[in-house]
Amino acid sequence: MKVLVLIKQVPDTATQVKVSADPRRIDTTGITWIVSPYDEFAIEEALRIKEKRGQGEVVTVTLGPDRAKEALRSCLAMGADRGIHVNDPAFEGADTLLAARVLAAVITREQPQLVLTGRQAIDDDMGAVGAQVAELLGWPCLSWIMEEAIADDGSKVRAGRQVEGGLELFDLPLPCLLTAQKGINEPRYPTLKGIMGAKKKEIKELKAADLGLGEVAPELEVVTLEALPPRPPGRILTGDPKDMARELVRALREDIKVV
Amino acid sequence: MAGAFWCLVEDDRQGRPKKVTAEVLGEAGRRAKELGAGVEAVWLTDQAAEDGLRQLAAWGAARVWLWEDAALAPYRGEVWAPVVAELAGKEAPRAIWGAVTSRQREFVARLAARLGVGLAADCVGFGLTDGQLVATRPVYAGKLLSKVRWKRTPWLATLRPNVFRVAEADESRTPAVERPALSVPQGGSTFVERREEAQTGLPELTEAEIVVSGGRGLKGPENFVLLEELAQVLGAAVGASRAAVDAGWRPHRFQVGQTGRTISPKLYIGCGISGAIQHLAGMRTSKVICAVNKDPEAPIFKIADFGLVGDLFEVVPLLREEFKKLKEKG
Repeated sequence: MKVLVLIKQVPDTATQVKVSADPRRIDTTGITWIVSPYDEFAIEEALRIKEKRGQGEVVTVTLGPDRAKEALRSCLAMGADRGIHVNDPAFEGADTLLAARVLAAVITREQPQLVLTGRQAIDDDMGAVGAQVAELLGWPCLSWIMEEAIADDGSKVRAGRQVEGGLELFDLPLPCLLTAQKGINEPRYPTLKGIMGAKKKEIKELKAADLGLGEVAPELEVVTLEALPPRPPGRILTGDPKDMARELVRALREDIKVV
Repeated sequence: MAGAFWCLVEDDRQGRPKKVTAEVLGEAGRRAKELGAGVEAVWLTDQAAEDGLRQLAAWGAARVWLWEDAALAPYRGEVWAPVVAELAGKEAPRAIWGAVTSRQREFVARLAARLGVGLAADCVGFGLTDGQLVATRPVYAGKLLSKVRWKRTPWLATLRPNVFRVAEADESRTPAVERPALSVPQGGSTFVERREEAQTGLPELTEAEIVVSGGRGLKGPENFVLLEELAQVLGAAVGASRAAVDAGWRPHRFQVGQTGRTISPKLYIGCGISGAIQHLAGMRTSKVICAVNKDPEAPIFKIADFGLVGDLFEVVPLLREEFKKLKEKG
């Protein structure tokens, strides 16, 4: 079974993020880049599917500038078989729909049986690309999945999505798309052998012209990015626990009337 | 420019709209008024209660577009998206808004792809510039705010729960209900079963007005009972930090933070939580933040409105007593 995994390279959460001279962009100086954590759950799940079935191919796909190749290498080091890097200035400033159109075009070329991705990327936090890819392809999809099992004959997948108050299980015919949620698995670390082996694996670069998309432009524009307004300094209470508790409850009640 | 603001109804699966829908209708009402537009509700359900429909009218929906069919529950994107997209093609709404709930965040994304328009997910504010809507949304773990606008209508967005004021209810309004024809698309996925989570008797984490959350400082899963007792008194939900979830003390669904739930309660009380950036990403839009921690240097104190430096094992039971006294006084 061929499984495609859509990944995104994002700034590490711990890294400082500042607005650049162009207020629609972040300053990328000094940023540490990582594979978006939810995408690692998707990669891990794809590798487990291949291992369980004893055969198949895991192809990891990303849309991004030159540096995004590093994210693909990380996935290859975990055990993915090959990578596809859509790298074209024409796609700079892509919104979720443009990204979904590009990725859907790659999927149409590759014809996988299953597409996995993370529930959201931790940079723009839209959480939309998976569902939008599925819609463009006319596929069923299930978001925030906590478990999945592919039928032995490879015709369908039973997957459970997290919803308020429970887990909803569905049978989805293949091909379909699933977005991974934390809790589905524990992503593996690349081994030294994996890291060495990743250097020899294929990363194919695709340009806009290779995808036959015609003119595409983002539908959503960033007007500005702004630093969060600072929260006013808080009140720190110390001393006798009983006095602290009494004072907090009084202040919540009388000063700011929140309880 | 014609076109109403459409608000997608999130219901309790018993045929009644939830509070998040009142928030979406409330904010849509304010923005629509500025533009001289109307507000309508869009509801796909297997069963709509009569008082549920009246509730939508009371919250300001001049009209309810209602599809009622067993095939619509539970939510399936490949079924819902074509139904609403078809009507949107005829009615040309100016905006279609949902809430950040498990089904609506996926549904609105799918709808945006089907209509070929932009999507602003997880919005925390809106403004008008030259008659165009501009949305504000947190990005990069909540470190920055991004202001975005759409190139064309409908403006598709999801709204973070607990951020927007609910619509003022006017019970005298009666709903105008339209039931468009429904042809359920065939094929796609098949519902198998629903596994209910153990009932805690406490509100849903993302919708709760008060959240009490615990971290590594609780030292073990058994001590969450302290927070549950406090939550009982306050009618609050109980959350957990990533450290507590990764240690196996609480199931993942209780995790607040970047790889968990994003919450925005009126009051957040973090106990034994140091305040890693990943945790702040999930709760920094809370209106009032209180933190209880032994370590005066804990980063959570930097964003807390009230920081209690002390041992949570002493402070939390005392807080419970004080809140209890308050409730008894009424």
